[in-house]
Amino acid sequence: MTARFLLAPATDTQITHLGRLWLYAFAALALVFLVAPTLLIIPMSFTGAGFLEFPPRSWSLRWYIAYLDSPEWRDATLVSLRAATLTMLLATPLGVAAAYGVLVVERRTARAIGAAISVPMMMPAVLIGIGLYLLYVPLGLNNTLAGLVLGHVALTLPYVTLLVLARMKSHDPRQELAAQSLGCTRLRAFLLVTLPQIRYAVIAAALLAFIFSFDEGVVSYFIATGTGATLPRRMFLSLQFGVDPTIAAISSLLMVLTILLVAAIQIIQSRGGPRRKA
Amino acid sequence: MSVAEMSTRGVAVEIAHVSKSYGRVVALDDMSLSIRPGEFVTLLGPSGSGKTTLLMILGGFVRPTTGDITFDGRAVVRLPPHKRNIGVVFQSYALFPNMDVAANVAFPLRLRRLPAPEIARRVAAALDLVRLGGYGARQVHELSGGQSQRVALARAIVFEPDILLMDEPLSALDKKLREQMQVEIRRLHDALGLTTIYVTHDQREALTMSDRVAVIAGGRLRQFAAPRELYERPADAFVADFVGESTLLPVARMGAGVALQGQALRHDGPVPDAAALVLVLRPEKLTFAAPGANADDINHLPGTLRGIVFQGETVLYQVALGDGGEVTVRDLSRNEPQHAGLFPGAAVTVALHRRDTLVLPA
Repeated sequence: MTARFLLAPATDTQITHLGRLWLYAFAALALVFLVAPTLLIIPMSFTGAGFLEFPPRSWSLRWYIAYLDSPEWRDATLVSLRAATLTMLLATPLGVAAAYGVLVVERRTARAIGAAISVPMMMPAVLIGIGLYLLYVPLGLNNTLAGLVLGHVALTLPYVTLLVLARMKSHDPRQELAAQSLGCTRLRAFLLVTLPQIRYAVIAAALLAFIFSFDEGVVSYFIATGTGATLPRRMFLSLQFGVDPTIAAISSLLMVLTILLVAAIQIIQSRGGPRRKA
Repeated sequence: MSVAEMSTRGVAVEIAHVSKSYGRVVALDDMSLSIRPGEFVTLLGPSGSGKTTLLMILGGFVRPTTGDITFDGRAVVRLPPHKRNIGVVFQSYALFPNMDVAANVAFPLRLRRLPAPEIARRVAAALDLVRLGGYGARQVHELSGGQSQRVALARAIVFEPDILLMDEPLSALDKKLREQMQVEIRRLHDALGLTTIYVTHDQREALTMSDRVAVIAGGRLRQFAAPRELYERPADAFVADFVGESTLLPVARMGAGVALQGQALRHDGPVPDAAALVLVLRPEKLTFAAPGANADDINHLPGTLRGIVFQGETVLYQVALGDGGEVTVRDLSRNEPQHAGLFPGAAVTVALHRRDTLVLPA
């Protein structure tokens, strides 16, 4: 049955799976190129040797232990966790407010603001890093948590705004007017009526801000060194002195965290879609 | 059902010289209206006329550029919507999909911190009033358009507002349901006695439901009158054209009266003081007369029958008058046998009674 389905078209116009074989091969190749380099890291992180090799000739957890035992790596991880948490806590309400503003404000002004917010998304990160570094010199913000968080908020704001905006566009603004007429202040109308309906998009945006900040290495390269170094920053630094399998262990952990959060974002967003008609 | 316990006092609404501009665009231009307590007033106008802007200003969602509004003498222009005690019903229903029907209706009562048993009682009473008793546990997305609008109505009246504002609440519904809801909304208004301000672009809806209708065009008030007066005595050519069906034909001044294509017209009342004048012809006011007939009270307009359109309960006869200008005569289809001799191309005489001969500024 499977073979018949493979080779014989069910209708005159159907293309058989055999006829599409080249497409499957092409798609598989594309996936391999996208995923393979990152997946190679995982077995390499479990090597027993003192250098990176593939495939590993012996297996151990020593590089994970080395990561957890190192005060430098631990400090860098804490910096990253703090920065990511604060970035999330700042970028999410700001992004929601920006999305709300873009929808409420007069159309032409809103378009200009919307475009301005998405600028950091299109600029090369290196440029933003250099710019922030130069800006932070007189302000004394280089290598501080505050400076790092401000930079990351600017970087993540467009993503948060666009995610929330996409959800808000399908939301009837008259609901808030109705809520106001029924006795809500404007803020309360938003909190009681709009926010519950867009909450999945807001949570997804918050997680995205967190993971973006946690993984971000380019801007941190310029503004976060020494005791203020983030995990990705410390990884770059350690690479300059030779490749140590600890990097592979950390990368594997980062990857797992990223995949978990991205999967969470996907699941959360799919729940926030339009309700099915009964 | 306890209509009595839900009834609220009506509030007088005074709109004085209200204007609203957006940049150079003037949405409302010096609008003044006095609305009596408990009155059902419709703001009628084409889209973009400013009627919705006025409603949004009354609701407190938009602040007027100039002018004052008072509810029972209390100035409200600076009051935010939540302090105005008004119920608003929107065309899009604006129900909260994150709450069920009962929670939607209970929403304004919860905000007012009423005790739970009182809320439950009032929600049930309001749902009964809109004939949705027992629908409390339904989800909003399970409701039909008509049911959604009833829930929106229940939610807007459950907290005993002073005023009910409705922005084209029925235009998303089909014709039959719309006519049914028109009757129900009016019944509800009469039962509760609250001042209702209703926005529509549907002139028939406005005539059917209202105590008085304010015709608005280009941000200006054209006429504010009871439906019958609006229809029988429109203030100008715009109102005559917008309210009801009509044909407008230019007429010329002749002595103390006016003339249509050189033929003097008999008509009541003075000739309006305007440079250009039009004659308003309503299809149902026109009849056919025998050729050459003469009567003091009737204007006889000779023409040629162009076509006959059967519409079910009525029949339309399209007649070309002498020097161009086509008018329509409408008659009940049960009178068709009287017009058996009529066929396209026949010479006919259209009769217009002098009291129906409306001459207005163009």
